[in-house]
Amino acid sequence: MKFRKADPLMRDLRRVLPSDRVRVAPLERSIMGRDASIFEGGRAGPVCFPISTEEVQGCVDAARRHGRAVVPRGAGTGLAGGAVPLEEPVVVVATKMNRLLSVDADQRVAWVQPGMINLDLSRALAPYGLHFAPDPSSQQVCSLGGNVGTNAGGPHCLALGVTSAHVLAAEVVLMSGESVVLGDADGWTPGLDLRGAYVGSEGMLGITTAIAVRLTRNPPAVETLLLAFDSVDAAAQTVSAVIADGIVPAAIEMMDKNIIWAVENFVGAGFPTDAAAVVIVEVDGLPGGVAAEADRVAELAVEREGSVRRATDDEERALIWKGRKSAFGAIAQIKPNYYLHDTVVPRTRLAEVMNQVYEIVDEHDLQVMNVFHAGDGNLHPLLLYDAREPGIMERVHAAGSAIIEASLAVGGVLSGEHGIGIEKRDFMPLMFGEADLDAQARLRRAFDPEEMANPGKVLPTGASCAEVNALGKVPEGVWG
Amino acid sequence: MSSREASADLESFAAEVGSDGPVAVVGGRTHWEIGGQCPNETRLVRAPSGVRDFDPADMTIRVGAGTPVEELDAALAEAGQRANLPVAPGATVGGVLAVGRDDVHALGRGRLRDALLEAVYVADDGRLVTAGGPTVKNVSGFDLCRLLAGSLGTLGLLGEVILRTWPRPAAQQWLAGPCDPVNLRRSMYWPSSILWDGEMTWVHLEGHESDVKSEAELARSLGCEPTGGPPPLPAYRVPTGALEAGQPTGSYLVQIGTGMAYVSEPRPIPDADPAVVTLHKRLKSEFDPRGRLNPGRDPLAAR
Repeated sequence: MKFRKADPLMRDLRRVLPSDRVRVAPLERSIMGRDASIFEGGRAGPVCFPISTEEVQGCVDAARRHGRAVVPRGAGTGLAGGAVPLEEPVVVVATKMNRLLSVDADQRVAWVQPGMINLDLSRALAPYGLHFAPDPSSQQVCSLGGNVGTNAGGPHCLALGVTSAHVLAAEVVLMSGESVVLGDADGWTPGLDLRGAYVGSEGMLGITTAIAVRLTRNPPAVETLLLAFDSVDAAAQTVSAVIADGIVPAAIEMMDKNIIWAVENFVGAGFPTDAAAVVIVEVDGLPGGVAAEADRVAELAVEREGSVRRATDDEERALIWKGRKSAFGAIAQIKPNYYLHDTVVPRTRLAEVMNQVYEIVDEHDLQVMNVFHAGDGNLHPLLLYDAREPGIMERVHAAGSAIIEASLAVGGVLSGEHGIGIEKRDFMPLMFGEADLDAQARLRRAFDPEEMANPGKVLPTGASCAEVNALGKVPEGVWG
Repeated sequence: MSSREASADLESFAAEVGSDGPVAVVGGRTHWEIGGQCPNETRLVRAPSGVRDFDPADMTIRVGAGTPVEELDAALAEAGQRANLPVAPGATVGGVLAVGRDDVHALGRGRLRDALLEAVYVADDGRLVTAGGPTVKNVSGFDLCRLLAGSLGTLGLLGEVILRTWPRPAAQQWLAGPCDPVNLRRSMYWPSSILWDGEMTWVHLEGHESDVKSEAELARSLGCEPTGGPPPLPAYRVPTGALEAGQPTGSYLVQIGTGMAYVSEPRPIPDADPAVVTLHKRLKSEFDPRGRLNPGRDPLAAR
């Protein structure tokens, strides 16, 4: 549908925002119709760029008056289609609310606006010797509001937990138009943990307008080890052995042969291209514990015939991490497209499920690369393809489904950090029963009885009326 | 329940809760009065007890909610691990989670609410519901586990839980002295607890032996001396903001960096935002429209 200036919804939105911040140009709506996932077919309505809580409330009020859904959006880097608008909702974009509002270094809390970029926050905190712990691979471009929406993770969430553990409070505009603070920036307030229920709700309970984040002190000592192995099994077993030994490093990341090659060609991080897998282990904290843990990790790797390289300075450490974080960019050398999966398995089943992933990919005649958060069992198989190849998407989706099923079969879960969005909405009944999904729908209704915020995500069709046996249908065209 | 089959214990717990009449789950009665009293006619049930599943290499443990916390702690200690729950004599795992009071070490170890990975609870209609998932990392669907921790059993009755576990540190040390708690926190890297009663400060250190030793030296340079343990916590928990408002009566102990303080005399705390109260009411009416689960209890009134 075309939006004209005389359109009553547009008229109301332009009473709230100046006309240059309510946009309906086809290009703008087309850009806002997608996120960083493979999903196509999203359709944005008017795209709003508020700069204050009051303006967000005004957008919600206008949408409500015209019976329109609202989709909150951060930087649009989500991988599960959570920010993909369905059926022309009002899209409320946080990118112009990107300021650091306050820092209290003694209390270790900062108030930020939702459009602030994750890495910009940690950069701004550097003079205080503090940082924000969750560091998604997209941290140079993803927004903190989006991190709250997906309960985002990252390599350094192994010891310190994902976003939820680092959000003290969120100021939220509910679909009634009210603004409310969930949680407390001091750390505790009596009552239900509404803050915890809100984080990770994928824009379906309200719109974040400010966030009180918990700040983490920069560690006085850090050791980064690059372990290389002749087999994926030995690498995975070393990961399990480290955890079983009672060490919880700051990060344990694993990369397999194909991705090592691609990264080396791309950024030259000094990864051994003849290895079947490398594992990056980082331990941090006070010097005594760091040295002891780094020594023990090296021993455990050598026992499994791994080779060990320790970063000797910050420059070498940065290069190793550059290799890890450039992985996604490096893939373009091999295939033009990739589909990044995100499941979690118990840490003790890592080697077994990795082998199944290779078998599944072979069966479907595809290529895969693995670069993932091994320490918490969070798999990220990247299925590579060329979208121009006829029939390829069927194979990609079939392999993806098989990987999800293999993960669930060993007691794993659907998503570790990307969220459910549209991507895994219809897989939810594989993990949850009718009563389980009904409970999630109840939470949604308590916040948003009319289901006006980001409809069509996370909960399969019919979850609210206990008709989840038949898988719901994703809108046509969405599975690109 | 879908891929995860309920144990016979859980099925019989659900049957006992049933789908009619006021019912409350009883744990160790260590915090029975928190958030209000159940009316006398309330039927009392007990959740299943015992360790169900524990692979130390996964660092997760599945236990019946009726398991005494001391039993959980002993099972984990054998493998050199612990869970981030206060180990109060007599208290049960489900009780501790439902009450939601953090351990005294929350500053360094993290919050109680983050220990809960998966919960199987009995809903108001008697059905078993699984919230969360068994792995240490999981964002599949809405995060009901956070909502259940501290809900006083008003949204569902916990039957079985999976908790995240952590390695037990090699060394630990309490110190105390008349030093400034803010300065202490600023100076030390990762104390697991700092408590302050207005005059004295207690600090707990844990980790590698040499690190605990060097941090203890730092604490001594700031005026603290080794001591046997923390002082007893006064009875009532209040947000730290409530200490600043109103006339102080009785003693208090602030758990630095957590927003929590403990006071010996109940004191008024500021009313919750009406929009927050409305959300509480709506959640209760969605999860328990007939008000049969732990009647008389109100998480907003929990102290």
